[in-house]
Amino acid sequence: MAGSSVSVDYSEAMATAPIASGDWLVIAPILITMLGGAVCLMLRKNTDIQAKMGIALLGLLVLASLGLLIRVLDHGVITMVMGSWLPPFGIALTADALGATLTLIGAIVAFCAGVYGASTVDSTGRRYGFYPFLLLLMTGVSGAFLTADIFNLYVWFEVLLISSYGLLILGNDRIQLDGAVKYGVLNLVGTNLFLIATGLLYGIFGTLNMADIAIKVAELENPASGTLATVAALYFLAFAMKAAAFPVNFWLPASYHTPNIVVSAVFAGLLTKVGVYALIRIFVLILPESRIFMSDVIGWVAIVTLLTGAIGALAQSEVRRLLGYLVIAGIGSMLAGVAVGSVLAVSGAIFYAVHSIIVMTALYMASGIMNLLGGSYDLRKLGGLYQKNVTFAGVFLVLVFAVSGLPPFSGFWPKVILVDAAFQDDRVWLGAAILISGFLTTLAMGRVWIYAFWRGGPEGTPDGQTAQSVVTDTSQLTGAAVWLPLGILTALIIYFGLQPEWMLELSTQGASGVVDPLGYVRSVFGGEG
Amino acid sequence: METGVSILIGLFFAVAVYLMLSKQLVRMLLGIAILGNAVNMLIFTNGRLTREVPPLIPEHLYVPEIATANPLPQALVLTAIVISFSFFAFLLVLAFRAYQELGTDEVNRMRVAEPENDQTPPQGY
Repeated sequence: MAGSSVSVDYSEAMATAPIASGDWLVIAPILITMLGGAVCLMLRKNTDIQAKMGIALLGLLVLASLGLLIRVLDHGVITMVMGSWLPPFGIALTADALGATLTLIGAIVAFCAGVYGASTVDSTGRRYGFYPFLLLLMTGVSGAFLTADIFNLYVWFEVLLISSYGLLILGNDRIQLDGAVKYGVLNLVGTNLFLIATGLLYGIFGTLNMADIAIKVAELENPASGTLATVAALYFLAFAMKAAAFPVNFWLPASYHTPNIVVSAVFAGLLTKVGVYALIRIFVLILPESRIFMSDVIGWVAIVTLLTGAIGALAQSEVRRLLGYLVIAGIGSMLAGVAVGSVLAVSGAIFYAVHSIIVMTALYMASGIMNLLGGSYDLRKLGGLYQKNVTFAGVFLVLVFAVSGLPPFSGFWPKVILVDAAFQDDRVWLGAAILISGFLTTLAMGRVWIYAFWRGGPEGTPDGQTAQSVVTDTSQLTGAAVWLPLGILTALIIYFGLQPEWMLELSTQGASGVVDPLGYVRSVFGGEG
Repeated sequence: METGVSILIGLFFAVAVYLMLSKQLVRMLLGIAILGNAVNMLIFTNGRLTREVPPLIPEHLYVPEIATANPLPQALVLTAIVISFSFFAFLLVLAFRAYQELGTDEVNRMRVAEPENDQTPPQGY
């Protein structure tokens, strides 16, 4: 490990060529959100300007991520090293199709949340830092999607974790403190496991650069050795905890229904998917042998996660808690893709991640609107919303179809791919579990729609009759702030459902980029890999 | 020397896990603090331990002549210490606020977010 045995030409350790101006886009999502968070923090007393500034910065983040994705599609994988130290010495940020796609979708969701938050987060919440925390959360999320250094990935995980703590307890209610205790402790244990595995991996290979580790793992004589298996198992446990896979999922339903609804929406959309992304990155790109070694374990975890998520959702009468369980069921589908591990399966997992980010955020936002219209999150107390707003009932039905994986919406295609990939790999039970979970999800969500929208009024009112009107504060529903984000996300869901080619190609490109890491390694090491 | 430190790290992990399995939030937090230290020592040991040697490189060479201590794990540990310390501070305050609001520090009795006699969803239409 120490330098004496290493023979490297240090004169070529520095990057001397100027960075192409377009390649600065790699770091743009991190810079915009980090500086933007600082600016919003300085504006904390002026809550109106702070909100406008935050939304504008998130819009800028969407544009920068879009530019990055277009550049990645044009030029292939692009890498930028910090401090001009060439890898493996310097920390590398690498944008490939997978990372850039998820960064863009994450940015869109964050922008929608910023707009939605303008109406649901009051001035007290803003003064205590809703927008700075949201921007810094996006720093962590974008950084995790773009980094090519495994310790750096840990740091971004911690950045998004501490921002999520801030968002979770915004408002300081009893229920939030209760949820935050469980979320906080279990997630901290999860990142500590990640750190342990990273320390051990560094002890084996003496490097932290993901591309460098991928090369060194491929050169190993005995890639399924006990030490590496331990590291892989620790990584799996750590990221399963982050992604809320069974049996380490209990922090999610305990906490996701407690904060402000827009915070729940962002969390449900982004946080667990960062765990899944890290799982794809580590297991498919860096440790492919360990993935094959562990694929049965991952497969069974996926099956049980799919079923617990869907069955848990059936047992809830609180809409937000029900949605929390659906997040878990979605994680099971993505894990199924990792378990199979072919290009087809991983592309299905990536497409499903994109779909799940959008649809879970949209569903939480819609449940917030249900609360504003019907005055409750409880299925027993909701009813007659169809009469109150027909368009919203239609939008919610679209979301019900999408989250259940029914055509013609975005959930259908990734499920088809995943089931197909599982059957091709002779994992019949995995494919069956995805279908059963989809069926149970249809039941759970169909019941939400029937009870909250279709029936005449809440429990106790005779059917077909309008309930005595619940006194609700509809002032938040008049502006565009709650409808615009829901509209954007629903439009994306319909677009990906009717025109899946673009996203299919993106996810296939992302998947082949991690299954065959040559392009990634070449980008980091400049052609010699 | 690595063997001795490894055993010590194992003890740290054992204590941390024992404390984290407790029902009392304060004990769990102590367990987390010890876990953080165990992880830091683990990273440090993974960089291999060397006796103190000045990391001086002779003028005509690019690398030091004898093995010196690896600086990278120290940088990693420094980062991890700062992060785990700040998280620990946050969780301490969070636990105190939770104790104030919920009146208990036993996690089994913290049932505000997930009430015990939870209503089932409506069964019939």
